[in-house]
Amino acid sequence: MSYIAMKGITKIFGDVVANDNINLQVEAGEIHALLGENGAGKSTLVNMLSGIYSPDSGSIFIRDQEVKLTSPRAALELGIGMIHQHFKLVEIMTAQENIMLGQKNGIFLNKKAHAAKIKALSERFQLGVDPDKKVYDMSVGEKQTLEILKVLYRGADILILDEPTAVLTPQETEKLFKIVKKMKEEGCAVIFITHKMNEVMAIADRITVLRKGKTIQTLDKTTTSPKELAELMVGHPLDLSIDRVQVPQGEVTLQVKNINAKNVEGIEVLRNISFHIRSGEILGIAGIAGSGQKELCEAIAGLFPLESGDILFNNESLVGKSPREIITCGITMSFVPEDRLGMGLVASMDIVDNMILKSYQNDKGLFIDRKKAAEKAKKIVKKLDISTPGIHHPIRQLSGGNIQKVLLGRELDSDPKLLITAYPVRGLDINVSYKIYDLINEEKEKGVAILFVGEDLDVLLELCDRIMVLCNGEVTGIIDAAKTTKDELGLMMAGEKKQYLEGTEIV
Amino acid sequence: MFRMQKRGEMPKTKIVAIRILAIILALVAAAFIILLLKLNPVDVYIAMVKGAFGSVYRVKEVIIKTIPLVVTSLGIAIAFKMQFWNIGGEGQICMGAFLASYVALNYPDLPKPLLISIMILASIIGGGLWATVPAYFKAKWRTNETIITLMMNYIALKWIQYLQYGPWKDPKAMGFPKIPHFTDNAILPDLFGVHIGWVFALVLTVLIYIFLNYTKKGFEIAVLGESENTAAYAGINIKRTIITAIFLSGGLCGLTGMIQASALHNTLSVEVSGGVGFTAIITTWLSALKPFVIVIVSLLFAALVQGGSFIQTAFGIPQAAAQLLQGMILFFVLGSEFFIRYKLVWNKSFQSISKKE
Repeated sequence: MSYIAMKGITKIFGDVVANDNINLQVEAGEIHALLGENGAGKSTLVNMLSGIYSPDSGSIFIRDQEVKLTSPRAALELGIGMIHQHFKLVEIMTAQENIMLGQKNGIFLNKKAHAAKIKALSERFQLGVDPDKKVYDMSVGEKQTLEILKVLYRGADILILDEPTAVLTPQETEKLFKIVKKMKEEGCAVIFITHKMNEVMAIADRITVLRKGKTIQTLDKTTTSPKELAELMVGHPLDLSIDRVQVPQGEVTLQVKNINAKNVEGIEVLRNISFHIRSGEILGIAGIAGSGQKELCEAIAGLFPLESGDILFNNESLVGKSPREIITCGITMSFVPEDRLGMGLVASMDIVDNMILKSYQNDKGLFIDRKKAAEKAKKIVKKLDISTPGIHHPIRQLSGGNIQKVLLGRELDSDPKLLITAYPVRGLDINVSYKIYDLINEEKEKGVAILFVGEDLDVLLELCDRIMVLCNGEVTGIIDAAKTTKDELGLMMAGEKKQYLEGTEIV
Repeated sequence: MFRMQKRGEMPKTKIVAIRILAIILALVAAAFIILLLKLNPVDVYIAMVKGAFGSVYRVKEVIIKTIPLVVTSLGIAIAFKMQFWNIGGEGQICMGAFLASYVALNYPDLPKPLLISIMILASIIGGGLWATVPAYFKAKWRTNETIITLMMNYIALKWIQYLQYGPWKDPKAMGFPKIPHFTDNAILPDLFGVHIGWVFALVLTVLIYIFLNYTKKGFEIAVLGESENTAAYAGINIKRTIITAIFLSGGLCGLTGMIQASALHNTLSVEVSGGVGFTAIITTWLSALKPFVIVIVSLLFAALVQGGSFIQTAFGIPQAAAQLLQGMILFFVLGSEFFIRYKLVWNKSFQSISKKE
């Protein structure tokens, strides 16, 4: 018998067939990956399993019993727990309070009994959740673990994870995988939504590939390869390698000299960092999340105050310049934060208004010229294949990937001399990611100096000319990307310093 | 059981339909109260409309009540657009009226166009500077503007009261605590039978619409309202934008003070603000910060007040009952916002599943 069976599921939104006769079977003690590009129908399918939508036709069987799931609570009572991309936690409460929230209790809370049960669960699945920690003090990874504990506490033995790793650091991802494997050992069924091939190969037992709302195939991991999966996913043969474009390197565009910076709590976040980038060169930055990448990008953009040191752009110091003046120099910074919105875009505004965010001040007079911006918006929507009802649609209503394309489209279109981009492909599917790499290479060919902060070491190794590794706010090495390995980078990311720091000296 | 479900974006026509339905429901609910007073609700409602629009005089009264609401709401809309919760309209109106009155009382013999122009300028500076205090605190030390703007209302009101009972008291008023009347030169002229404030209100509506939607500063205000991080990233000077926007916001409220003192009261008194600073918060919010909608909502609001006071005298019902009616309509319209954002879903199959388990 199969634990979960979804048969002939169809769901239509307006004119869009999100799910077209989809079949999915998941066994107990199995990690089942749902693989597909953005818009393939993965989220719609699991939203029906977790009671958020109901299917237009088709049936759902849980433990061989046909069920109608009409609300998330009904689904949870059948043991189906869903972990959403956006956490549903109360920030000012502790972990335990969040877990107990909404539980049917008597008037008084029996905190001790709850605490004991939470502790037992936490130990059984090796979650390591501190029940008294406030949510606002937690990292993204801890919040996610808490979400998992929350549904386990409510008795879930079927866990659905919707792109859980999109927001995690490699270390947190590894921890999540351990938890998921532990759950599998305990006989739970796990549905894992993703479009990252390496993750699928790392933990899934079986894989169902969806494309354009249809089930393409269910495969065993042992009998397939990342290449086959990627091709099934996009529907045509794929070349998974990234070209390192060879461009003659020019003058030193950016030179960073011994910079130090402290955050608001007075902790040193940048320690004596020095490097340079030439025009036509991509310098990659590797490091575990929170090693100073964000502060470094912001410092160059004039958004983070320095304690000491100097930043030279074409031999002119940027220190003390306002963000506005730095933008005018031709420096563009796009940092894709974990929640994708945040900095760089205005959620309630349309694509046109987001296009002018950094350029409107160049307009003469008091007024804003939206005509040029509208053309630019149309061009970018076409070029990056952004799916939106129109350029005058608030971007908050677009999907995460499309929002990101708006940001990158604008930054790449601004004809920068120095392009700083952090996590540009975070959460994007294969086709779009490769499109972005191509665009970055195009800029490189134009002679732009590029600082690329990445999380995927394979990509860094293939795309960049040199890679600088950060650990704890310090540079642990700058090496030639063609002459290093993932293992070497990994050691440097963990703090091992390379004696010879290639390329820090100015020739 | 019912449960709440968040709606997606709703088409504009449906939002308008929900609001109109809310007003109808408010009228129906209020009808029961009127019935309790042993009156015919339909008669009362017709009388309210007549009371607001039934004669040229009444229409003029409604317009006179609309003017301060529009000007103040426009000011508050600028602040709200930046998510700066300016609750200090009352105080800014008072301080605008104060500076304008200072000019009017000290230079009574200046030629009319000059005197009025200086009074307008003075009122904008008065209200603007009064609002700049909390804006500066917010820009510099991230203080909470809601509390400071609110508290500063009372300081301003008491200041006017002090002037009225103390240094500015009219010696010719035989001990009665009032400030001397302005000279004719300091009083706004009429145009088509209503003081010229209505022209100000309409011109300002167009100007503020253009300001918020088509100027760089307006764009900066909107970006800053959404996220300070994004604003810094876009190279916007945050402190300067906060102070400029709030100076404008307070300046418009101050201008209201000048219009009311000059055209309506012909002097300065503690009644100069008359609660407009608070009422304008409601009209601004109901208008979704849109300048042209502000004019319509303010007009309807003024009509409601005018019609309400008319039925008091026409039917001999207590003032409280008329205000109850106003409150009822407000309650329903504000309550309808809930239904624009959420819908209630009747959830029966959920229970059947729970039982099966």
